[in-house]
Amino acid sequence: MWIYEKRLIYPVDIKKPNLYMATLLNAQYGGENSELSAGVTYLNQRYYMPDDTVKATLTDIGTEELAHWEMLGSMIRQCIKGASLAQIKQAGLSEWYVSHRCATFPSSQGSVNWTADFASCTGDPVADLMNNMAAEQKARATYENLINLSDDPDVIDPLEFLRKREIVHFQRFGECLDIVQRKMRNMDNGNGVSQPCS
Amino acid sequence: MSNKSLLMEISEIGFICTDLNLYLDTHPNDNAARADYNFFTGQLRALKDRYNMECGPLENFGNAINADGWEWNNSPWPWERK
Repeated sequence: MWIYEKRLIYPVDIKKPNLYMATLLNAQYGGENSELSAGVTYLNQRYYMPDDTVKATLTDIGTEELAHWEMLGSMIRQCIKGASLAQIKQAGLSEWYVSHRCATFPSSQGSVNWTADFASCTGDPVADLMNNMAAEQKARATYENLINLSDDPDVIDPLEFLRKREIVHFQRFGECLDIVQRKMRNMDNGNGVSQPCS
Repeated sequence: MSNKSLLMEISEIGFICTDLNLYLDTHPNDNAARADYNFFTGQLRALKDRYNMECGPLENFGNAINADGWEWNNSPWPWERK
């Protein structure tokens, strides 16, 4: 069960339309390492995880990712809203306009729509937690790239917040990995082979 | 307190709670952190109750009263909030 709160997890207030940044921010809204991919990946991994600490962490980080996804949607909308047709053409967004007008849509690089292929799940706790750690680092790097390309403090400030959260999530998943590896060593007498369908 | 500064305070205390929550997930025996979490959870609840009363419902699905008509639709959406 989830409850919506009518607020962003961190404030977003972009005053100047910025189609250039709107396009780039889509990487984190609908790209492979987007907040959406992270949210779906973590919430989906919970059901089979062998440890309650990991289930709690996946639930809570997955929930936070959805709040981050809403931040990105808000940022992109504020960057697009109020742009003229001439600005849309100039920014190379005519095809976007044909399909979505001035709406947000989980798609990156103009044409790659979000797909469940971006949501990772092998069913193996170690592999999946390592995947999540890598995903957090990739998202951190993406935020740094976006910050480097932006000159608007209203865009940079929320990106800095999001970047820092990736680092915290990476830390928490690393702790989960330690817990799971210790537990698995105890469960299988150290032979390293998991049950076929646990 | 204005709508905006109360909301900022909710953001700040809410962030403390979120971060402590994640920390406690993997450090459940840290009683000092748990005491902090419980303290700020009380503060956050009080701030949200105040916002719900003074500025319209921040929460839906039975977590806030709509005293003056169905206010949920009308209070500003977060991506539109100035």
